[in-house]
Amino acid sequence: MRKPVPQRSPRFLLLPLLLPALLPLLAHAADGSDIMQKGGANPAAMPCITCHGTDGKGMAAAGFPRLAGLPEAYIAKQLADFKAGHRENAVMQPIAQSLTPEEVAAVAKAYAELPKVNIKPTPVERPQPGSGAWIALRGAWERNIPECTLCHGPAGVGVGDAFPPLAGQSALYIENQLKAWRGTKAVAATRKTKAVAAVPPSRRNDPNGLMAHIAVDLSDAEIKAVADYFAGLGESKEAFDESQHRLR
Amino acid sequence: MKNAKIFPALLLGAGLLAGVAQAADSTNAPRNPRLDDQTQLPKAPPKPARQQYFQPPADTDIPNNAFGELVRRGQDLFMNTKALAPEYVGNEMNCVNCHIDRGRKANSAPLWAAYPMYPAYRKKNNKVNTYVERMQGCFQFSMNGKPPAADSEILTALTTYAYWLSTGAPTGKALPGRGFDEPPPPKGGYDIARGKAVYEKQCQLCHGENGEGKKVGVTSVFPALWGKDSYNWGAGMHRINTAAGFIQHNMPLGRGETLSDQEAWDVAAYINSHERPQDPRLVNGSIDETRKRYHADDGVNLYGVVVNGKKLGQGVQ
Ligand code: HEC
Ligand code: HEC
Ligand code: HEC
Ligand code: HEC
Repeated sequence: MRKPVPQRSPRFLLLPLLLPALLPLLAHAADGSDIMQKGGANPAAMPCITCHGTDGKGMAAAGFPRLAGLPEAYIAKQLADFKAGHRENAVMQPIAQSLTPEEVAAVAKAYAELPKVNIKPTPVERPQPGSGAWIALRGAWERNIPECTLCHGPAGVGVGDAFPPLAGQSALYIENQLKAWRGTKAVAATRKTKAVAAVPPSRRNDPNGLMAHIAVDLSDAEIKAVADYFAGLGESKEAFDESQHRLR
Repeated sequence: MKNAKIFPALLLGAGLLAGVAQAADSTNAPRNPRLDDQTQLPKAPPKPARQQYFQPPADTDIPNNAFGELVRRGQDLFMNTKALAPEYVGNEMNCVNCHIDRGRKANSAPLWAAYPMYPAYRKKNNKVNTYVERMQGCFQFSMNGKPPAADSEILTALTTYAYWLSTGAPTGKALPGRGFDEPPPPKGGYDIARGKAVYEKQCQLCHGENGEGKKVGVTSVFPALWGKDSYNWGAGMHRINTAAGFIQHNMPLGRGETLSDQEAWDVAAYINSHERPQDPRLVNGSIDETRKRYHADDGVNLYGVVVNGKKLGQGVQ
């Protein structure tokens, strides 16, 4: 495969002139791992690794998510949603907008091919009511909140293309996403404080509203607890054993 | 798929055939007539406004002794039936797939509303059915499997779990929330083609294009709605009316009570117009005879009915 033109090389300056002629070529040249490391053809599409980590496992402390092993279709969908504004984020939106459709396809494929998160199939501990594990494994059905693992898979390893893994993501990232789906309610003024306007949800991209109502109905404490639970599962070095049942 | 407004015709057919079924001779009666039971539950009383459904005890109330151990074992079996009792499960289902929230959720045939209603007398066949027999029925039909023995550890644990969930529930008094609280049949009947559209928009993401469900490794996450991994043609869920009730209250997952009566019936009909494992009571290898004996009088169902040029009830393996 032909390597794409490296950024900032002298030839790069000729690009605008050659662009019409090169376009068909470039479309084929989009190389996923190159985009990760050097960014897209448009310099605004910064190298992914600066934030998502050289191994694609994200940066927990900064709330940059893991991309390694996420489903290809899910990554492509998120980039499309950032572009279309269904998912608002000051950092990721300009990056997504600067990627060509070919680059999106290539980088989604490349990240999907990196190792998936791995959780040992050890018997799950019995969760205690009121804990993060309880929300994750039992839900809160009195509020129509199914256990997270019912959609995100046993131990939160993800299911198919539409249900991303929660295991492998940091507590901060999970918390941010739940709050993005929820937005914040308006707070009325009191004698001592000013009114605070409601902030509408900044993530509005869940299919059929499957996720939003869950985020809305969880308390802050529950969000923190369940985020800590999934972040705390860590990662196992043993390969995922497909032949073993994962218990609920 | 063509519009199939067959509902009125079906009811008529059901009425006509019911007489025939009763007249049929009994030489072909199933070997164990006591298992012959996924009959419809009587309608539960409505929940009075501003009153709560019965509240089963919390997990923290499970005692730490031999009884508590058995309760926990029953709950584990209820949630992980395929993994923990594979020799009795012929498909990929777990009890919890149809009895949501570990058998606790109202209008999802909760166990706390079931256990205190047995042994149950059935006028229709002048028989008494025990709670264990009812569960054996779910093993044979819903799980397309082989029922464990009445005194087996598995059924003892499952019974203990249901008994514990019913702590404080009155015996022999039907509680609101029992069964699936079916919506009334829509006036114009149901429509399979419309049901397909509902399915593609609201269900397919989880249950798959071919109703096959979704797995992670060998573990079923989204259960199959038809085909070999699903409930068989003898299961209560194969009745369109029963499935409509389950679906309206519990599906799409976490967003129950969002489908109209019409949508629930349409999508239930769509699901139940697909092939699934054969009714284990198959009479003389004949779909027609089996329909006459077991399906003609069993709510609204499509077993033995021709849909889109194909007679349903062939079964799949
Ligand atoms: C400057 C930092 C930064 C760079 C560079 C960056 N990202 Fe991101 N990315 C983020 C942040 C922050 C988020 C979380 C956004 C949110 O909270 O909604 C994110 C989220 C994502 C998501 C959503 C993941 C999920 O689980 O839903 C995808 C996909 C993604 N980025 C892809 C990329 C790709 C591809 C590149 C390289 C072309 C890239 N990012 C470069 C910061 C960055
Ligand atoms: C009914 C199914 C369902 C349930 C139950 C569910 N989720 Fe989700 N969740 C989804 C879907 C679908 C998405 C992907 C949305 C999209 O396409 O952007 C998602 C995405 C997420 C994300 C974003 C992941 C990422 O990489 O950006 C987080 C975080 C999340 N869910 C947390 C939870 C938690 C915590 C629970 C339990 C309290 C939960 N979910 C229960 C369906 C569900
Ligand atoms: C495919 C869905 C499905 C599965 C799986 C399933 N059931 Fe059921 N169950 C039903 C239906 C349908 C009914 C009858 C409801 C009606 O007629 O309204 C029922 C009824 C029951 C009842 C009687 C309820 C009452 O109020 O009298 C019990 C007890 C029961 N099931 C236990 C179990 C057990 C134990 C398992 C696992 C071995 C199981 N079920 C698996 C669908 C299912
Ligand atoms: C977000 C995923 C999701 C969506 C969307 C969804 N379901 Fe389900 N469905 C499930 C899960 C998970 C279960 C099993 C629940 C459990 O085990 O706790 C289930 C169970 C069922 C069952 C009983 C079990 C079986 O296999 O027969 C039926 C019937 C059903 N769903 C029908 C539907 C219909 C009809 C729709 C669309 C209106 C729908 N579902 C939408 C996830 C989903």
